Amino acid sequence: MMTCKQATHLISAGQDRQLRRGERILLRIHLALCSGCSRYDRQLHLIRAACSRLFGNERE
Amino acid sequence: MTRELERARFDDTVLAELRGDLLRFASLQLRDDHLAEDVVQEAMAAALAGQQDFAGKSSVKTWVFAILRNKIIDVIRQRGRTINVTALSPEERSMDQGFEALFKANQHWKPDHRPSDWGDPEQALRDSQFMVVLEACLSHLPANTARVFMMREFLALDTAEVCAELAISTSNCHVILHRARNGLRECLEKNWFAAGEHP
Repeated sequence: MMTCKQATHLISAGQDRQLRRGERILLRIHLALCSGCSRYDRQLHLIRAACSRLFGNERE
Repeated sequence: MTRELERARFDDTVLAELRGDLLRFASLQLRDDHLAEDVVQEAMAAALAGQQDFAGKSSVKTWVFAILRNKIIDVIRQRGRTINVTALSPEERSMDQGFEALFKANQHWKPDHRPSDWGDPEQALRDSQFMVVLEACLSHLPANTARVFMMREFLALDTAEVCAELAISTSNCHVILHRARNGLRECLEKNWFAAGEHP
């Protein structure tokens, strides 16, 4: 069973590489069951989008 | 618009006013005050020299920032291997310990530290206070962590390129990026969300 700590590593790694199929499935199951990690996932997405805007990387 | 008005938009006072913003941006990306100063000087000089190319399509600020961005990108690329990001600073060690402390012995979130619901992301992106806090959180990342994060998120290099430029392993790259994101997340949770600066 995936721990939350493991999930955070995978969520972050997913922003930098393609997760393997097994990783993706296990993570999806964990996120379905864990609101904390679901929020963590959304937070990391927001941080990426916000940085993109801050650094002027967004397309006009 | 007459020639005189166009030229006036570019005089020294306009650039002098921008200088603070330019310096803040360069420092955030480079984490080196001397380099930041140099790069801003070069950008301002290039802007003055290239006035004719400024067709007035965007604001002066946007145009000068574009020049600055390109110079920063060059510096980051050139600098790549000259910085050693593998040695853990005390701050980085402290960040790692802080992250560990969010979890119980079974590695699930401690109830008090479970991530909060930050609400609608679109709202946050439109919230200028969110951006202010984000910038402050970025500037508080330890220098080496920030540099790796900037190569990935500002330069938008893919991870293989970041590792290659810095001569570090892929796994180390992931560790550092994870550290950066955790640091930003906690900083935002504490200083933006918990501080009540949100709808």
